[in-house]
Amino acid sequence: MQALSSKIDFLIGQYTSLSKFGHTQPLEIFSETVLSFWIKVSERLLSDSQIKQYPDVATFAFFCRKANLFSLQRQYLDASLRLGRGVIFHIAPSNVPVNFAYSMLAGMLSGNANVVRVSSKDFVQVDIICLAIQHVLDKYEFGLIRERLCVVRYPRDLEINQYLSSLADVRVIWGGDTTISEVRRATMSAKAYDICFADRYSFAVFKAEAVLAHQDLKGLVRSFYNDTYLFDQNACSAPRLVVWLGDAKTIEAAQQIFWTDVQAQLLNYEIDAVATIDKLNMLCMHADDYAGVHLRPRKDNKLWRIMLNRLSSDLDEHRSAAGYFLEYATHDFGELSVAVNRKYQTLAYFGFENVELDGLMRKARFLGIDRVVPIGQTTNFSLIWDGHDLIRGLSRQCTII
Amino acid sequence: MTLDELFEVAPFSLPKAQKAAVFTAPLKALTAHHVQHCERYKQILVAMGLKVEDIQTLEDIPFLPTRLFKSMELRSVASQDIVKTMTSSGTSGQAVSRIFLDRDTSALQTKVLTRIVSDFVGKQRLPLVILDTSEVVKNRQLFSARGAGILGFSMFGSKKLYAFNEHMEIDVEAMSVFLAEHAGKSIMLFGFTFMVWLHFVQALERSGFRPDLSEAILIHGGGFKKLTDQAVSKAEFKARLNKVCGISPKNVHDYYGMVEQTGTIYVECPQGNLHTSNFSDVIIRRAEDFSVASIGEKGIIQVLSVLPRSYPGHSLLTEDEGVCLGEDDCLCGRFGKYFRIEGRLQRAEIRGCSDTYASSV
Repeated sequence: MQALSSKIDFLIGQYTSLSKFGHTQPLEIFSETVLSFWIKVSERLLSDSQIKQYPDVATFAFFCRKANLFSLQRQYLDASLRLGRGVIFHIAPSNVPVNFAYSMLAGMLSGNANVVRVSSKDFVQVDIICLAIQHVLDKYEFGLIRERLCVVRYPRDLEINQYLSSLADVRVIWGGDTTISEVRRATMSAKAYDICFADRYSFAVFKAEAVLAHQDLKGLVRSFYNDTYLFDQNACSAPRLVVWLGDAKTIEAAQQIFWTDVQAQLLNYEIDAVATIDKLNMLCMHADDYAGVHLRPRKDNKLWRIMLNRLSSDLDEHRSAAGYFLEYATHDFGELSVAVNRKYQTLAYFGFENVELDGLMRKARFLGIDRVVPIGQTTNFSLIWDGHDLIRGLSRQCTII
Repeated sequence: MTLDELFEVAPFSLPKAQKAAVFTAPLKALTAHHVQHCERYKQILVAMGLKVEDIQTLEDIPFLPTRLFKSMELRSVASQDIVKTMTSSGTSGQAVSRIFLDRDTSALQTKVLTRIVSDFVGKQRLPLVILDTSEVVKNRQLFSARGAGILGFSMFGSKKLYAFNEHMEIDVEAMSVFLAEHAGKSIMLFGFTFMVWLHFVQALERSGFRPDLSEAILIHGGGFKKLTDQAVSKAEFKARLNKVCGISPKNVHDYYGMVEQTGTIYVECPQGNLHTSNFSDVIIRRAEDFSVASIGEKGIIQVLSVLPRSYPGHSLLTEDEGVCLGEDDCLCGRFGKYFRIEGRLQRAEIRGCSDTYASSV
């Protein structure tokens, strides 16, 4: 075991506290200590001048500010006793720097001791957040937190995965299908379980007439850019299929003004050479699988629009990134049932009222789609993610009759 | 000029204007041929919105990504006419390209390879020393692009010797005998760049053996990537080769080629430039929009060849990066474009939540 400790790099906490994790008492969800700890971390982050350069850190700091934490807490207020499951082992994705912090926050708010593996890549964002945490731990009395939190970094290693998994009551695995199968090689106790965030597929629905009537098209396009190009259209929540609702003529007009503005937004977007070959290759494969798909004449390789003449259940297998959009026009929202399978995560929308979508979703009862959000909000973190309520999933309800 | 007539002129003899006139037509005709005989190819062009009748210049010839041959069976002849299926393992995992050859395409490949290589080594067949082990060819499990390359070049040898034993060690005795037999005559060496470096140059440097190869010509291929990783330049490769066996740097020829376009290889001239022949061409394209890059500008390499008739591989977008250095005016005197390979395109850091933990370090 000593050998293991030398292979793990501790950004927060130390090996000795890790080995005592199993004996720490669970906390109630949204415990006062945890809330006041995160409020202090949020204040510290928001006062850090560096975060201007890191909007993702700023967004996180904003997420864990006092007002938001109290508002989240209200959603879980009831008389029942909810306690942490015990120990949570988080495996953060290697490519989204701040994700580890949200996962850790959820694990703490739900009353647990947490060990978080961060990416082996060096991200400044990880350092900024860990320094803020360390500062708060050093300055204030947070013994309860100190003995329940470790942030670690280690290279791919089954032995370490196995050790941390053996401590865990729940594993939270981000990073997609390959990471999940890799981590699952490590066994857990019989009562323990995983909350996994597998590879997902997302799409957008635009009401054509609403796009035409919209006053702030530039704002809409910027939001769409943030949902897609900001992460090279690689985020699980990034729309890859764009569905237009309306009559053919209106759709054609809306597409015209929308994509012209998207193209204009891409002036400074740098396209990776391999990504262009990915697009070309995917188009060839798609053409082979479905007669009738075609590429719209394009200005450059930053924006490829692939027009579909029908929907199918395996569109998610025809995905590429960095500006590769499948497009489909219809007047019937219900037709989407043909496409939506279990892999579908986020439906990003524009031009719908919330109640209208509620009705459409209830009627459609899709196999997939865990979240329906306005364009521009696909990457916003929520305690309910991929259909999992993280607070309930990471805690247990004790019934007292 | 028909393909047959192309064989009647020297392989590096066509200046720009003439080449455009004789090269574009057969490439366009090949495009039409594959549209007619390969349903998949036809579907792909439809999806891209490309029509054969719109092709006017060489730059208009549609291109497929070389990677596609790893995932899709593409052929333009009936399966009973296929005499050989070439495979290559890519650098990225298990996927293997499958290239289907009929008798004609296969024969043409050999013929063109001969024409191109002869321009560098002469028309005479020379004693050939293969800087590799015969296991690569014998052992079917190991048979790969490496084995195919060796077999392809073997036809240039009047007599041949595999210089390495099965442990990839130089067989000093056999090599000494072979060289003594052909003393004073020019001989040809063939090998894969990294094997030559690792098992020949470095091995000789460690041993006292100094074969006299001052009259030899070395043809090597497979890429410089592993050498670049070890910070070994082309110049150093040649200098150290010269030091251990006396081979003249001007007689060391790198070549660029791929199983998807066997035959039309691009050989390095004494000026250190890779050359297109009458049978092939390269177009360097910008990632931004696939437009044609200027001379001296880095881009993605597209390769064109008049040979592929049994499969739609006459125009391919590779995953290699290169620079076109000029056309018709290389100091070596050959006509056609000359260029340099910059290496394999590197994938940019992936952003997004699906990651590469399992394969990362």
